[in-house]
Amino acid sequence: MTKKLMKGAEVIGASAIAAGCKHFFGYPITPQNEVPEYMSKEMPKIGGVYVQAESEVAAVNMIYGAAGTGTRVMTSSSSPGIALMQEGLSYIAGSEVPCVIVSVSRGGPGLGGILPSQSDYYQATRGGGNGDYFMPVYAPANLQEMSELMQKAFDIADQYRTPAMVLADGMLAQMMEPVEIKPYDSKNIDKSSWATTGTKGKRKPNIINSLRIKADALEEHNRHLNEKYCTIRDNEKDYEAYQTEQAEVIVTAYGSASRVVRNAIDNLRDEGLKVGMIRPITLWPFPDNAFDELPDTVKAVLSAELSCGQMIDDIRIAARGRWPVDFYGRTGGNIFSSEEIEEKVRAMLKGVISNAR
Amino acid sequence: MTNVNEKIMCAGFGGQGVLALGQIISLLAMYNDLNVSWIPSYGAEMRGGTANCSIIYSDRLVGSPILTNDITTLIAMNNPSLDKFEDRVVKDGLIIVNSSIVTRKVKRKDLQVVYIDATDIATELGNIRVQNMLLLGSYIGCKSDFTMKQVERAFKEKFKESKAAFIPMNTEAFKKGMALVKEI
Amino acid sequence: MPDSMIFQRTKGLTDAEFTYCPGCTHGIIHRLVAEVLVELNQLEDAIGIASVGCSVMAYDFFNCDMQQAAHGRAPAVATGIKRCLPNNIVFTYQGDGDLASIGAGEVVHAAHRSENITIIFVNNAIYGMTGGQMAPTTLIGQKTTTSPYGRKKEETGDPIRVSEMLATIPGATYIERVSVHNPAHVRKTKKAIKKAFQYQQEKRGFTMVEILSTCNVGWGMSPLDALDWLEENMIPYYPLGVYKDKVKEEGRQ
Repeated sequence: MTKKLMKGAEVIGASAIAAGCKHFFGYPITPQNEVPEYMSKEMPKIGGVYVQAESEVAAVNMIYGAAGTGTRVMTSSSSPGIALMQEGLSYIAGSEVPCVIVSVSRGGPGLGGILPSQSDYYQATRGGGNGDYFMPVYAPANLQEMSELMQKAFDIADQYRTPAMVLADGMLAQMMEPVEIKPYDSKNIDKSSWATTGTKGKRKPNIINSLRIKADALEEHNRHLNEKYCTIRDNEKDYEAYQTEQAEVIVTAYGSASRVVRNAIDNLRDEGLKVGMIRPITLWPFPDNAFDELPDTVKAVLSAELSCGQMIDDIRIAARGRWPVDFYGRTGGNIFSSEEIEEKVRAMLKGVISNAR
Repeated sequence: MTNVNEKIMCAGFGGQGVLALGQIISLLAMYNDLNVSWIPSYGAEMRGGTANCSIIYSDRLVGSPILTNDITTLIAMNNPSLDKFEDRVVKDGLIIVNSSIVTRKVKRKDLQVVYIDATDIATELGNIRVQNMLLLGSYIGCKSDFTMKQVERAFKEKFKESKAAFIPMNTEAFKKGMALVKEI
Repeated sequence: MPDSMIFQRTKGLTDAEFTYCPGCTHGIIHRLVAEVLVELNQLEDAIGIASVGCSVMAYDFFNCDMQQAAHGRAPAVATGIKRCLPNNIVFTYQGDGDLASIGAGEVVHAAHRSENITIIFVNNAIYGMTGGQMAPTTLIGQKTTTSPYGRKKEETGDPIRVSEMLATIPGATYIERVSVHNPAHVRKTKKAIKKAFQYQQEKRGFTMVEILSTCNVGWGMSPLDALDWLEENMIPYYPLGVYKDKVKEEGRQ
């Protein structure tokens, strides 16, 4: 395979198809419209299914139904649309059917704007759906990684019978980079023990359900889910540590914001300043282990987000009071420049650190 | 190519082919195994009469795909584009001006400037729409060592199926644009 | 079946005990759907969708693969299933609160796409499970726990006639309203359900059977009085009959 120059939205679609996803249900919303457009064009060519739902509420419930049959299935949306999908996500998590949700986030709250933003970190990692549930959330920073994480998300979803989210933003969806969609080795997990495909008279009915009307039954189910989440926490945390050796300040950033921070780190290191970056690749489970491996030289941590500060909560938990955690963010679709981050870090190196957001 | 770190802003009216121009440059850089990013008009830059795209190609990993005051090459296809981006080009950078449309001269004296009557020449060649490839020829003539073979490959990749018929005309425009800067 | 056997519990239902109130007609409708699935030899290919309402635990009662859906979303869930398994039989079982209120959008668009699914729509003019609140199908003047002075048209509009509304949709293939208030109508109801599933088997598109049903507890009357009340009050506002039969109209092929 050779590399192709591809748009982020196309990478999402092509990687899903490469991972064996032949069913897409979605609803148009900027800035991810190129995903359903791509799917509506490509699915008929491979004998797949594209359905434009009447709403995000319907789309996520179509996913729920399709996932119940054991079929690899996905949807894609953006912030207000993902908000509408929370109901379905809670059902999907509760009834343990695997699927992939792509969230191309934009500014909020409300209708917000259509430009890139990271203000849906809480929405992705805490969710707005009801109940005790989590789902793995992957945050690619470039399109090659986006392709690989899309494919991984399908595997993880199948392996743990969970919804999995790939969180991007308008920048990653709209930009182009050379990408190699790697041939995909499907794990082919057997789903016959739970999928609703018709009994064929050969087995007892399979029931996909999130209702447990009796307290003990629901508690048992909650414990089972929680054990699964603990396993995911143990096994699936992922991050990149960049230039952390001898670092005095660690900048934490994910997704598109981390691209700017990488520039800043390079520039500061060129000046001889000791600065590094932790880039979470999984937002849930949050890679708190990355902070345990930092060198003794670290004096402070900065959370750089395209929001008013959401991931900083997880960083503070991971920091466990070992370092002050400062914040720098831009919102509304504005993206901080490398210079802004460099200036902030220089001030921190001089001891100007605010430990309050 | 050593220490490549090119940051190009292609800007003009919608319909002048700036996005395609940027994509061809991105393809060429990709063929040279460079890291590349292409991103269309972003944020505040979407206002004020310009459609644009930013291309970065580098032997280092590309960080932010968004250009700030670090543009190394500006291809300006109309007045608003030149007005908006002239001051954001680095010292010793390059500005290629579509002088058929842009009515003023570049004010900066600390960089290289090339004026190409791209729209007029493209019209003479028989299709105004190849003006972008004329400017591509000028850009490559000035600044990069992409080969003609790579350009042909990029055209084949970009102009597929029904659009393949446009390849000869675009190739002609490209060569013309390249020849013009060699004359300068 | 021995010759002397004239009736037995259908294999289309599990042995689970119904959770419905004594006197409720859900049990009859469950049996009819199950019998039809068995008679059409569809049970082993069937995937049913339980909705939210009194029938929320229908997944325990139908002896086929089942999925439980969020309130009102059963037609969307059915769409997802059917698009993955176009040769299986997919049906939803929804009440009037679920379908006519919170799920009005999903059912309309499933009909518009002519999803090849069957909707069993049980209309008892009230929210039963939550304790007898007003539904969009509650009749004018009908007292419920949230219309204690009787439903007022000026405040709430008129009750929604779902069959009439869906019959206007080009994608709807078969829409019939039936009732289970007496044995004759129970038999007619079974015929309607059977036709809907047959059409689905023949890939004819969207089918819905609206079944007028009683909620004696929610209505505050005895089971027998409830059957009379249905006949005297519901049928005049919700006339029985076939509202759409595209297959018949176009001539069966």
